[in-house]
Amino acid sequence: MNAREVVLGRVRRALADVPAEETPERVAVERTYLDSHQPADAVALLAENLADYRAVVHRASGAALPGLVAELLAGRGAASVVVPAGLPAGWLAAVPPRVRRVADEEAVTARELDAVDSVVTGCAVAIAETGTLVLDGGPDQGRRRITLVPDHHVCVVRVPEQVVDSVPQGLRRLDPGRPLTWISGPSATSDIELNRVEGVHGPRRLDVVLLGSQS
Amino acid sequence: MVRRDGLPDRARRGGGAVSGGTYLGMPAFPVAAESATRNERLRANLTHATHTIRDKRARAVAELPDWQRLRAAGAAIKDRTLRHLDTYLERLEAAVTAAGGQVHWAADAEAANRIVTELVLATGEREVVKVKSMATQEIELNAALERAGVRAFETDLAELIVQLGDDLPSHILVPAIHRNRREIRDIFAERMGAWGRPAPEGLSDEPADLAEAARLHLRQKFLDAKVGISGANFMVAETGTMVVVESEGNGRMCLTLPETLISVVGIEKVVPTWRDLEVFLQLLPRSSTAERMNPYTSMWTGTTDGDGPSTFHLVLVDNGRTDTLADEVGRQALRCIRCSACLNVCPVYERAGGHAYGSAYPGPIGAILTPQLRGVDSALDASLPYASSLCGACYEVCPVAIDIPEVLVRLRERVVEGGEVTVRGRRVRIRPARGHAAERAAMRAAAWAFDHPGAMVAGQRLAGRMRRFQPRRLPGPGRAWSATRDVPPLPAESFRAWWRRTRGDDGEGD
Repeated sequence: MNAREVVLGRVRRALADVPAEETPERVAVERTYLDSHQPADAVALLAENLADYRAVVHRASGAALPGLVAELLAGRGAASVVVPAGLPAGWLAAVPPRVRRVADEEAVTARELDAVDSVVTGCAVAIAETGTLVLDGGPDQGRRRITLVPDHHVCVVRVPEQVVDSVPQGLRRLDPGRPLTWISGPSATSDIELNRVEGVHGPRRLDVVLLGSQS
Repeated sequence: MVRRDGLPDRARRGGGAVSGGTYLGMPAFPVAAESATRNERLRANLTHATHTIRDKRARAVAELPDWQRLRAAGAAIKDRTLRHLDTYLERLEAAVTAAGGQVHWAADAEAANRIVTELVLATGEREVVKVKSMATQEIELNAALERAGVRAFETDLAELIVQLGDDLPSHILVPAIHRNRREIRDIFAERMGAWGRPAPEGLSDEPADLAEAARLHLRQKFLDAKVGISGANFMVAETGTMVVVESEGNGRMCLTLPETLISVVGIEKVVPTWRDLEVFLQLLPRSSTAERMNPYTSMWTGTTDGDGPSTFHLVLVDNGRTDTLADEVGRQALRCIRCSACLNVCPVYERAGGHAYGSAYPGPIGAILTPQLRGVDSALDASLPYASSLCGACYEVCPVAIDIPEVLVRLRERVVEGGEVTVRGRRVRIRPARGHAAERAAMRAAAWAFDHPGAMVAGQRLAGRMRRFQPRRLPGPGRAWSATRDVPPLPAESFRAWWRRTRGDDGEGD
């Protein structure tokens, strides 16, 4: 008997008390919890919760976005930036040519990425109640590692259309078949006497730009 | 010189310079607890830490008016899963395989370690990076890998502190909770060089500087790593999706940079559907780190072309879980999502620390999980169900409503009276308190709790609100008496509380 049969056999013997006619669906799960906690202004709550976890939040209209992105990269002294294949061309239009663009390609090694200063991406969805950005590897987000290895991440959220209230609403918008990264503030640890320290292995600086029709 | 605290030297065994400690051969709870409670620095660290997280958790939970409904749903989803675990494991296996992953099954720790070791050796690599994982602590994977000539690098900051200090974790969420900043600085300064990039010259004991030292030390490992090993917080049967929640980004590094990823996961970590995550992703972060959401959560389904590991192995581990499942009362322990909220409210944990529990699972959850996973054969495991004052605070904070006092009483009964249990899949009858050694150990644990008035008072204060957990029947010697009688109901207020309220502060117990 192989290990699979051993384990499944043990599970079935352990559940001898479960009536044969009981199907999984007959074990009641009452979903009386809230689908949303009904924030009055989801975008404002997203901004508040992101800031609470030490992300730096900015608002911009479409016209102001390129200038803001250039300013954020310059503020970090970035000499290079990773660019996902499908990032709207205009987003980096005001970044001077001396800032080296690194394409998100499979051939780029982790060590090469480690030498890059910043990354600019979009996102798949943002969750207001928890202050969470979710990336799903879409064309304006790229491979998972590009938002991990560089020390500075600029993430653009289209508001209000990409913002949902709650975790249940967020999950419904996501495709489980894609690799997903949920980000709630920059990397952090509380392992030393429970003092929160921002920035261990992921980007130590997270700038979030809420891109709307008005700024 | 780095000092190791909280555990008598005779309790430590084996664990060479690079293998870390082992839980084998540890003394029964009262012996270890007695040593730990005499260590004042350890107690001060623990008190500060547990109270800090406890208060933060209460605030995070209070933000959600539907918390109790989420909690009930979490418990119900886990019960549905456990009552039909075979169905969901088969669904999970099919979904993971369809998404390009390879599924392996391990009946016990030895089999799991063998499978992982063979998978690593087959890659030709001799170094692996690890994400913090309770399952691999439980099976002592690092020691098994070391015997095969494979070095496993722990990458969670606290696990790194534990590994470099040749120490054992003492808390589920913050495994180095027993270390203060000064000790951590010394460990980094003395030991990092032996494992890789040394700590910077003149390292201070500021948490930010210590975190930076860890970042620099581990970055080299991440960039070169070819094999990553993780656990998982959840596995979705419907889609084959694996979920890892973390804070530091070391998890993302290990899950996305290596070519081969091996996830070692207990069979009870499966949940039926994608939608079910909406409950657990609200319950877990608030209960665990007391955050609305933890900084990073990774979800992956099999492999993705051109993004992340090209090879994914899932090792499903039993190692006593099916034995636990066989007990209708005890099986609720398998709902556990490893949040550690029960540790932070436990008056016994606060004083004894995590090491005294002698397994990867300390605190109240450890007191019911360890004896069920391993049996109550050893004096240590027989004493664990007594490492509690049954105050019920653990049940109140548990996000999946595990009635820990109920299971403790059940296990005490088993220790004292023996009876039918399942061990490695077979029904066997265990004898009561073998040679009285186990019983003596157990009684000493109870005596220990009663000898520590601080622990008792803290426990009783909570107990006043939790009186409904009083067992209907008494365990142990009292059972014959209570078999045909109801235990008299406890008054809503304890005598001590009544005395204090009506006669003023008696100046005791605080």
